Amino acid sequence: MIHPNTSDKIAKIWLWLSALSIILVLLSILGYVFIMGAGSLSVSFILDMPTNNWREGGILPAIIGSLLVVIIALSFATPIGVGAAIYLTEFTKEGRLTKTVRIAADSLNAIPSIVFGLFGLAFFVFYLKDYTGGPSLLSAGLTLGFMILPTIIRTSDVAMRTVSFSEKMESYGLGATKLQTIKNIVLPEAFPGIITGIILGMGRAIGETAPIIFMVSLNPVIPKTIFGSGNTLTTQLYYLAMEGISMDVAFGTALTLITIILILNYSARKMNNYFSRNLRR
Amino acid sequence: MDKENKIEVRNLNLWYGDKQALKNNSIKIRKNHVTAIIGPSGCGKSTFIRCLNRMNDLVEGVKITGEVSINNKNIYDKDVDVVSLRRRVGMVFQKPNPFPMTIFDNVAYGPRIHGIKDKKKLQEIVEKSLKDTTLWNEVSDRLDKSALDLSGGQMQRLCIARTIAVKPDVLLFDEPCSALDPVATGKIEDLIQELKKEYTIVIVTHNMQQAARVSDYTGYFLLGELIEFGKTKQLFENPKEKSTEDYITGRFG
Repeated sequence: MIHPNTSDKIAKIWLWLSALSIILVLLSILGYVFIMGAGSLSVSFILDMPTNNWREGGILPAIIGSLLVVIIALSFATPIGVGAAIYLTEFTKEGRLTKTVRIAADSLNAIPSIVFGLFGLAFFVFYLKDYTGGPSLLSAGLTLGFMILPTIIRTSDVAMRTVSFSEKMESYGLGATKLQTIKNIVLPEAFPGIITGIILGMGRAIGETAPIIFMVSLNPVIPKTIFGSGNTLTTQLYYLAMEGISMDVAFGTALTLITIILILNYSARKMNNYFSRNLRR
Repeated sequence: MDKENKIEVRNLNLWYGDKQALKNNSIKIRKNHVTAIIGPSGCGKSTFIRCLNRMNDLVEGVKITGEVSINNKNIYDKDVDVVSLRRRVGMVFQKPNPFPMTIFDNVAYGPRIHGIKDKKKLQEIVEKSLKDTTLWNEVSDRLDKSALDLSGGQMQRLCIARTIAVKPDVLLFDEPCSALDPVATGKIEDLIQELKKEYTIVIVTHNMQQAARVSDYTGYFLLGELIEFGKTKQLFENPKEKSTEDYITGRFG
């Protein structure tokens, strides 16, 4: 029989090690990518076209491609996701319908990303070919938009449900309509939560390879239009490593990708603080 | 003028689902007077005043029958615009609940949603509302600061200012002092005395001393029924019903 104090100590050490390991895993991945990728990183790596089958030059087309698909995905998923969340929280009674929509959103979240890719291939690339331009950046962005939709719906939904009923009552009590109350009370207060959802969605969209693997080209060209083809950082990374073209460039690409994600996260949080400053205790 | 009835309630019934919360109540509320509604917890007094600006419409599963006339117009008629009704019949809630905005924006919230955009006009309304609620001297130098940094009593006066900024003619108070200390409570009570010159006031309170101090008329509710209604002095000093007497002398409730 172990003394309670001893088991207490053992538990403490185990929990401490678990917490520590999370930091270690993060740091070792980031550190490894940094060490391996930093060598190829330079201004021209960011701003130049690749030459000699990627082995030299830069990765500009992939950076532009990645940013474009994320912008397309967010412009599609944000209004629909937030709209669905507003409908769920403000326009329906809690009941079978809201439950069904929430379950649907959660199930959508559980679908493997490669399946989204297959769906995107069938729907956007083939079926809507005349509108999307086939395997284009638009098709890729919309597929990613579908994929991050549940994230945005659910986080916005949770954020809006935490807005206190009494504050809404006060607003109605002053003679505000439903829409005025949503615009002036619910949305501003739920804003940080909605932003969090968008950040999560953005992170997922820029980091996914599988859903768009069927839609991007390997051709490193600066996309002229979203209806044309382009490539992204993730798909380029996959290709470079898979074909064994250049591990240095692959790690450089990975480092660029991680840096972009960090910058996007940071600026979204800054923006959020800017909008909600002074007003919350 | 003095004897004029502002609100007339006739045979008001209310159900939450199957449960009847108000039973066939009729009451007449005098213009420019303070009417207090007292009774033990759960007697339906808050439910009752929420009928006066149709706040209960927002609660699911509520069914109401009967008539509530304000200025001789039944507010439950089909052609009544609930939004403009709530502007005319303002409500101050139990817990001071300012919006997470600046003091100025809190008071300007109502006027703005009713379409006033002119900055000067808004400033006038905000200043007058804050003066009328004796808050102006305390906050005039920090109108652009968050309303959430005010004290509880100041917050509640801000909520009153916010309500009168849309120029209602009836003010409903739902236990406005239950979250406040005695000093802040005293200020709100003084304010109610001032406000009755301009507004018809109905106040729900579980504090009988408060009802005795601020009101001209008092109604006593028990289990959803209006047991007794009359002049405050008469009801407190010489209640007609045994149950009223038991309640105000503290024998139950």
